[in-house]
Amino acid sequence: MSKSEAISWYRIQEMFRFQAFHMYGIIGTAVVLGAIATYLIKKFNMKDYQGNPIIFTPKEKSVPRYLIGGTIFGLGWALTGACPGPMFVNLGYGYWAILVAIVGALIGTYLYGVLRDKLPH
Amino acid sequence: MLELLSQPWPWYTSGILIAFVMVILLFFGKSFGFSSNLRVICAACGAGKTTKFFDFDWRSQTWNLLFVVGAVLGGWISSEFLSNGDVVQISQETIQDLKALGMSAPDDLQPNELFSLEALFTVKGFLIMLIGGFMIGFGSRYAGGCTSGHAISGLSNLQLPSLIAVIGFFIGGLIMTHLLLPFIL
Repeated sequence: MSKSEAISWYRIQEMFRFQAFHMYGIIGTAVVLGAIATYLIKKFNMKDYQGNPIIFTPKEKSVPRYLIGGTIFGLGWALTGACPGPMFVNLGYGYWAILVAIVGALIGTYLYGVLRDKLPH
Repeated sequence: MLELLSQPWPWYTSGILIAFVMVILLFFGKSFGFSSNLRVICAACGAGKTTKFFDFDWRSQTWNLLFVVGAVLGGWISSEFLSNGDVVQISQETIQDLKALGMSAPDDLQPNELFSLEALFTVKGFLIMLIGGFMIGFGSRYAGGCTSGHAISGLSNLQLPSLIAVIGFFIGGLIMTHLLLPFIL
């Protein structure tokens, strides 16, 4: 992640300004290869290493949940330039400031857990 | 070889590695989703005692926590051993746009205005990180996933909910980038 600069705030800004192909290339390659792999796994009913069938759990059907939650996530993503994975890569890289964002993310997750039943899903 | 590895890697290497990680996790009977770890960490800190959402066997998710450790280690290895002080090569247009917002051109991967310790010890810098992180944590759990769970795993499985979530990511990202950042920075 860090070597392809996907953890960079600058790269995320560039993505949300549609000024380079870089991030779309990363996500696009992953999705196309991922979709091919997922298709093959389903088609040939592949098993995991313990011999259990690989099951894809369909996501629950809903619109508000994904749209509202996704939008809140996007606001944070563009502000800090990091999503949950790259946050931790940044920490390892030595950008200590991201630790505050990680604490923020834990508080956010906790508060969601507390408010869950009161939110539209 | 080390010299080659020390260059920034082209985008497709990262895309291929991400898909590879997803497939490996599937073959180990797991699924690829990073933000779940935030919930696991809350649970491990004892949040399950008061909140039902965190009352589950978090130890069964230890593998995913190892993924977090791996992410931190990966970042460390790449900065310690594989870095040659690269400046992120973003487009001139982006540099110009950001300059208009008072951000300097990159001199490594992250802007000093946000990621330096001096910036962090200002009220604004601290709040940007804290509130940004908060929205990421709250939003990803609300939407049931983040970039890895929805944009990668979900879209790979052609899930409509994931597409809606990714559209949401972009609505939020575009609002922040084009409407809010000019006032924040």
